[in-house]
Amino acid sequence: MARSDAIWSEQGTTPDAIEAALRRLLIQRHAEDDNYVPARVLNMIVFVDREWSGEIANRLRGVGRYSASRLLVLAYEPRRERLDARVMIASDEAPAQGSLALLRETVVVELGDRHLDDLLTIADPLMVTDLPTLLWSPHGHYDVLQVLLSLAQAVLVDSVDEPIPHEAVDRAWRLSGQAYVVDLAWLRSTPWRERVAASFDPPRRRPELRAIESVTVRHQAASTVSAMLFAGWLASRLEWAPGTLATQGETLLGKAHAGRSSTARQEVELRLQADPELQVRGLSGLTLQTASGRELSLERGRGGLLARAREPHGAEHTWRIPGASRGETGILGEGIRQALLRDPTYLPALTAAQAMLP
Amino acid sequence: MTVEAAAGLPTAQTEAENPLTAGLERLPVPPTTLVIFGATGDLARRKLLPALYNLAHDGALPERFNLVGVSRKEKAHEDYRAECEQAIRQFSRRKPDEDVLKALLEHVKYVPGVFDDDSVYAELQKVLDGFEREAGEPLNRAFYLATAPTFFPVIVEELGRSGLAKHEQAEVRVVIEKPFGTSLEEARELNRRVLAIFEEPQVFRIDHYLGKETVQNLMAFRFANGMFEPLWNRNYIDYVQITAAEDLGIGSRAGYYDKAGALRDLIQNHMLQLLCHVAMEPPVSFTAEEVRNEKVKVLKSIPEPTPEEIPKIAIRGQYTKGHAGGEDVPGYLEEEGVPADSRTETFAALRLEVDNWRWAGVPFYLRTGKRLARKVTEIAVTLKPVPHLAFNQAGSLGVQPNQLVMTLQPNEGVSLSLVAKIPGTRMIIRPVNMEFLYGTAFLSESPEAYERLITDAMRGDATLFTRNDEVEAQWRICDPIVKAWEASPEGLARYEAGSQGPREADRLLRPGDRWRAI
Repeated sequence: MARSDAIWSEQGTTPDAIEAALRRLLIQRHAEDDNYVPARVLNMIVFVDREWSGEIANRLRGVGRYSASRLLVLAYEPRRERLDARVMIASDEAPAQGSLALLRETVVVELGDRHLDDLLTIADPLMVTDLPTLLWSPHGHYDVLQVLLSLAQAVLVDSVDEPIPHEAVDRAWRLSGQAYVVDLAWLRSTPWRERVAASFDPPRRRPELRAIESVTVRHQAASTVSAMLFAGWLASRLEWAPGTLATQGETLLGKAHAGRSSTARQEVELRLQADPELQVRGLSGLTLQTASGRELSLERGRGGLLARAREPHGAEHTWRIPGASRGETGILGEGIRQALLRDPTYLPALTAAQAMLP
Repeated sequence: MTVEAAAGLPTAQTEAENPLTAGLERLPVPPTTLVIFGATGDLARRKLLPALYNLAHDGALPERFNLVGVSRKEKAHEDYRAECEQAIRQFSRRKPDEDVLKALLEHVKYVPGVFDDDSVYAELQKVLDGFEREAGEPLNRAFYLATAPTFFPVIVEELGRSGLAKHEQAEVRVVIEKPFGTSLEEARELNRRVLAIFEEPQVFRIDHYLGKETVQNLMAFRFANGMFEPLWNRNYIDYVQITAAEDLGIGSRAGYYDKAGALRDLIQNHMLQLLCHVAMEPPVSFTAEEVRNEKVKVLKSIPEPTPEEIPKIAIRGQYTKGHAGGEDVPGYLEEEGVPADSRTETFAALRLEVDNWRWAGVPFYLRTGKRLARKVTEIAVTLKPVPHLAFNQAGSLGVQPNQLVMTLQPNEGVSLSLVAKIPGTRMIIRPVNMEFLYGTAFLSESPEAYERLITDAMRGDATLFTRNDEVEAQWRICDPIVKAWEASPEGLARYEAGSQGPREADRLLRPGDRWRAI
């Protein structure tokens, strides 16, 4: 809950007036207490359907400290003729003695079809100069997204939002050529990738990476792309050449070729399996088997991942790896934070996922 | 060219590397059992256990992680788990997630006993073996000595005698808390005894300041910004001032503090580390050895003070009653647990020289104290004044040399004082500040220093830990001062609680130099 708010609004306004209001409110807050200082990390532009803007605002409020320093919400209502705007400057806390209170700015501009041709001239003056900008269009509007991309260095997508994996992967691929893509579908697989990397990290385990012969990824029914990205990550990191997956009921099946020389080629079975039990987006578990007969399984569980390792001689060990669930709000916050980083493994994973598309 | 090659990523072709770690923000930590000696003490309760919980919360503990507490008090595993839970609930920086907490505590055991008793180590061996059997694989061992310093050599030697210091199939490491000795002689002796059992790369000497994000930022600030390095030498820098001021008194730490004093408590370790970060040459790479090599070079460049020099380069003080936070506060001698005739310094200030090509002639002023006007830790670098000023200074506040201030706490940031013209028809100038605050520029929350240090120790990365020669080099500078102060009752200045410290500290300054206001 914001502890300190300053609000301005105007109907039939202009970008100049909005920008002037922002400056004035910031000066007022600073004059009240010089421990109020504006955060200067990231601009974020969100283009939303006005009728759903409340839901998006709620999601963004939940990200807490990962909020953009300046958030510009472009709330779109096709028939709207007039440009209306609200500016809010808020701090989560009042300044305590000797400590700062960060101010974050939210600008909501309500606009219609008639403004779309001039969208850049509305959004551009409202960005903090020299800060990186993240762009998000959660309700589609890809034509508008293309226009606004010229203002952004990073674009937030959730490939799970698209009902057809083919379209999701292709879109993410095309966007990657224009900006840095932060894909929430990819971020949902981060703990799984970290754990698989850790499992094979002890030097005695590393040779087994070359001997993986089957990978099963279990996922929420709608999160096929998350599973594909995970499999694509393994394929790209381990230099497998994945083939097209075939649909068999709720499962995608296929193979990848491991090893670079024609004599040493080995096939890796890939199985992406929908888990009807999982209600939240993302993965529910995975199993890796190696040629030596070792099997490692990770399953989503309360308080962390449940791990099971079966050794070639049959011994089995189960244990829990602690870790808190981030929830969808946490993943969105992580997505905003990732706009300031660059993960060089996403694009290769996406490329491999593209090769698997049925 | 593959996408990986284009991105400069290591691939499976790199045999020695794990190709799956590329791009991960958190590098894997090998499966480890952490053994905390002094498991029921303040440090374990306030810092180590909450740090472990937060690592667990973030999914940053090793894939296989167990914790063993060792302490004198007899208690069952369940009782120790309950104590851990209570400590985590009380001191964790975030409210614990019940499921994560439960998952962490599942892997906690307790071994009771005194530290010089062989049977404790035999029991510990059984517990460690049990964890390995359960895991079906060898687990690294990290022994964390969070006990009183007198037990450090005892525990290390017992670990050696019991065979726990070696493992055929896994790494064994020992983490040693501060203080690492209370004199040069003690530090050398402790190093000798520790290194008789462990190799240096197995030893992780904690200086928790090095785990602070703010201290690590100093290196990024210096070595990733091209604008400062050309000025970072005796030609442009007039003097450097490092301050670590506390507004609080000693609280309940009289037992420790009265034996240590300000010089041992802060200057010998933390503040000399800060000095090293300011004065070191750029390391060839950010590996533990390269970074520590450069810091040791700085320490070796600081001449050992002679008895004659000490009164001129070192000042000590003790607070008397005064005011803090709008309230009357007692003097040091009135604090609970402090002997009425104590001569322990609660304030210390030094003037050191770094006699090398870069810094010759530039004084480094260090000061620390309890019950000063404000809590602040900062490094202020004062540049030399401009050689000639064409402006008429009449009616202006005058020209001050530029000062670059790196604040470590409470508001981490960098400010640069500049001179600017006051708006108006005349050329009247005054100093202004250009300020950068880290808090305004990052989204991520800084982890506690212990979270980083425990992780690094388990990973075997010693960059943020002090090496044997580094500790001894620090003592070589401070030991003569400690001895001189212990030998002589003279020269203990008094300062009022809540003040800027003793006026006598001004004696250290060259003409024209001045302490920054605390």
